[in-house]
Amino acid sequence: MRRYPEPKESRFGITRQQSQKIGFSFIRLISLITVLPILGIIVYIIVKGGSHISWEFLTSMPSDGMRAGGILPAIVGTFYLMAGTALFSIPLGIAAGIYLSEYAQDSYWTRFIRVAIISLGGVPSVVYGLFGLGLFVLFCNFGISILSASLTLSIMTLPVIISTTEEALRSVPYRFRVVGVSLGGTQWQTITRVILPQALPGILTGIILGLERAVGETAPILFTGATFYLPHLPSSPLDATMALPYHIYVISTQVPGMSSGVQYGTVLVLMVFVLGMNLIASLIRSRARAKRQW
Amino acid sequence: MKRSEKIITNSVKIAGSSSILFILLIFVFLVREGLPALSEVSLKDLFSGRWYPIEDLFGLLPLISGSLVVTFTSILIALPLGIGTAIYIGEIAPKNVKEILKPTVEIMAGIPSVVLGFIGIQALSPFLREFFNLPTGLTALSGSILLAMIAIPSIVSIAEDALYAVPNSYRDASYALGATQWQTIWGVVLPAARNGLLTAVMLGIGRSLGETMAVMMVTGNAATTFSGLKSVIMPVRTMTATIASEMGEVASGSVHYHVLFFIGIILFIFSLIINISSSTVQGKSKQERGQVIS
Amino acid sequence: MTEPKIQIRDLYLRYSDGKEALKGVSLDIQPNLITVAFGPSGGGKSSLVKVLNRLIDLSDVDEMRGEVRMGDLNILGKDTDVVELRRRIGVVFSRPIPLPLTIFENVSFGLEVAGMRDKKKLSERVEQALREAVLWDEIYDRLDDPAASISGGQQQRLCLARVLALKPEVILLDEPTSALDPVSTAKIEEFLETAKKDYTILLVPHNQQQAARMADKAAFFLQGELVEYTDGESMFINPRDKRTQEYVQGRFG
Ligand SMILES: Nc1ncnc2c1ncn2[C@@H]1O[C@H](COP(=O)(O)OP(=O)(O)OP(=O)(O)O)[C@@H](O)[C@H]1O
Ligand SMILES: [Mg+2]
Repeated sequence: MRRYPEPKESRFGITRQQSQKIGFSFIRLISLITVLPILGIIVYIIVKGGSHISWEFLTSMPSDGMRAGGILPAIVGTFYLMAGTALFSIPLGIAAGIYLSEYAQDSYWTRFIRVAIISLGGVPSVVYGLFGLGLFVLFCNFGISILSASLTLSIMTLPVIISTTEEALRSVPYRFRVVGVSLGGTQWQTITRVILPQALPGILTGIILGLERAVGETAPILFTGATFYLPHLPSSPLDATMALPYHIYVISTQVPGMSSGVQYGTVLVLMVFVLGMNLIASLIRSRARAKRQW
Repeated sequence: MKRSEKIITNSVKIAGSSSILFILLIFVFLVREGLPALSEVSLKDLFSGRWYPIEDLFGLLPLISGSLVVTFTSILIALPLGIGTAIYIGEIAPKNVKEILKPTVEIMAGIPSVVLGFIGIQALSPFLREFFNLPTGLTALSGSILLAMIAIPSIVSIAEDALYAVPNSYRDASYALGATQWQTIWGVVLPAARNGLLTAVMLGIGRSLGETMAVMMVTGNAATTFSGLKSVIMPVRTMTATIASEMGEVASGSVHYHVLFFIGIILFIFSLIINISSSTVQGKSKQERGQVIS
Repeated sequence: MTEPKIQIRDLYLRYSDGKEALKGVSLDIQPNLITVAFGPSGGGKSSLVKVLNRLIDLSDVDEMRGEVRMGDLNILGKDTDVVELRRRIGVVFSRPIPLPLTIFENVSFGLEVAGMRDKKKLSERVEQALREAVLWDEIYDRLDDPAASISGGQQQRLCLARVLALKPEVILLDEPTSALDPVSTAKIEEFLETAKKDYTILLVPHNQQQAARMADKAAFFLQGELVEYTDGESMFINPRDKRTQEYVQGRFG
């Protein structure tokens, strides 16, 4: 370990206390620079978009080439995509998390699985889009549809759900498993009746954060399910759909003469979606922490 | 073991292994759609300096250069801010400040990139245009700043974990030698957290390289090759933006289509290298079992 | 002499870290008696407990051989239905480990995983078990509270009750009172005294006084070996083996 000079005077004729003070101020400044824009953006969006939010805006179809009217189809589409993503990714993700936490031995196969999960988590979103186009839209012939987009988003969401599920299960003390088994429970019965309920808040948090990301993504649905404009609501999983993030992209780059009210209003709605989910996740987390028995 | 238990165990194992299937599927479909590019366009043309698909010019250099410029600049911004913020949260900030900072950074991670792109168009680009007195504010720099905002949350959280992992005994030893907290952070904590910080940087690079929407919306999308520092305040076009903006308009099976998939392969391989190399895939230690019976 | 409830022959156990926990132990455990397995730390008592109801399956074991039988049942058999076995041989651990469920659910857990659905029947069995463990009067009005909300002594009797609910033939107790105060300890010991007419009991005591108090039969374990196995009285008053003498008289360990 390095030894520090005793004398009060250090380089540049300032004391160590002074240099600490300067250093701390600098770090504080950096943190401020990091955080302020975010808070600024959120406040800005709320101020500029808030005045445009109305029941009308949320529940009616777009009009005048999307320059006016509401954003109902985008909201509904985002719900559909979220539901579709949840449908595929939650069961698979939880099952995979259970496998890794409860059943997997430390083998090469398990390591291979972990490498795959890490890799999936790093694949760029637009590459997921390409993959979805190649596999679901074209190869499986699902076309540009809610189904294709949901499947694509599911695979993108999977690593988040798997890792949080595994973490949550691992944080439940091992002794409960021994007790469950000692009372004549099978491993699966013990997991489902004792371990899983305890891990549920953690798993839910992971699911919400995963879906939050899926809901906000544009690139993966760009060529798999999103459409520019739909005069009606999608009526089957094989329909293409509008979606909030893609709609924001469209109205901020593709439509000349957009009213900024519609733009900010739409952005605000998406932010409420996303931040709302974030809030729910942290509420679940803190409530679970307070209720925990171990 | 009972039959039902065996069936469950096997299904869970299959679910657990699904990630391997998916990562392979992604690779297979990228290759299937992208590899034909190599026979349709000569390597020499592929790595030439002009991207102009209408005239069948598929030089990838400007796109690769664009991605690198944007990514590199964004990391220059995100690195000091991200690690500085992590230091502040992990080492300096009082508890109540921490409790505001952490969720803010979490929220930052949740903001959809299309929203950042929108803000980029509305506020950031006009500001940069004025500031640097440019013909357009849609430049590499605009993209880099947004990318920095996207990369910062993951840098902060990984760096924070790395700092947290430094044992307190290191800090105590340093204080015992008469070091100030500031000297301890610089001389002991940061060096000890070196590997973790490096991981943070690597993953930050990965995020930036793969990000699509925000970049596409604010970088002007002109396929130019790096030509000195000035390139930073000129329009560029990244690999991701190219895929996202052109895939919608190409005929599937065309040369252009294959080349876009080929770009996808490049991005995919980049992301694999970055993510696998920066994660230490060790078998997770079996759960801390404690002594239930001893 | 009656037919032994459990017959152990040449039981050898080595963990995967190389530790030989049992080095060829042979022992008959008699029904309706309290058999006490005692000895210095590391002697293999807990390992024996784990083997008897196959919780050993959860540990990393290098080698296990020998024969353990309960009646016709080959306990170590590859095809043995371990779930059924664990219902017949219950175990109470050294500290109370209530499941993170309600009091009622802790007791009904074993019954429910065994397939009992009928709510009324479940309630009956739960009450019966709690009464048997001398806990009912203290908590009958709190059955839906979290099990963690009752005192440590009560928790341990709850752990006993959930074993009793399964109507086991054998109860294994591994230092069940080591985390308890004297009053709670006495309650458990009282229970064991009255319960032995219905069960086969193997107790690993948490000190020698308890061993001497409780033992109908006593088995002295030393470093994986069964050194001496005899009546409780002869063991503590008049041990034959020199090593037993030294231990019982407190000269080592
Ligand atoms: N799960 C395990 N893995 C490896 N070795 C173990 C395990 N459990 C016990 N051992 C070892 O086996 C030997 C016997 O342990 P055991 O727990 O059976 O002794 P014990 O008689 O119950 O001791 P104590 O009085 O301390 O409870 C010890 O040397 C112990 O270190
Ligand atoms: Mg023991």
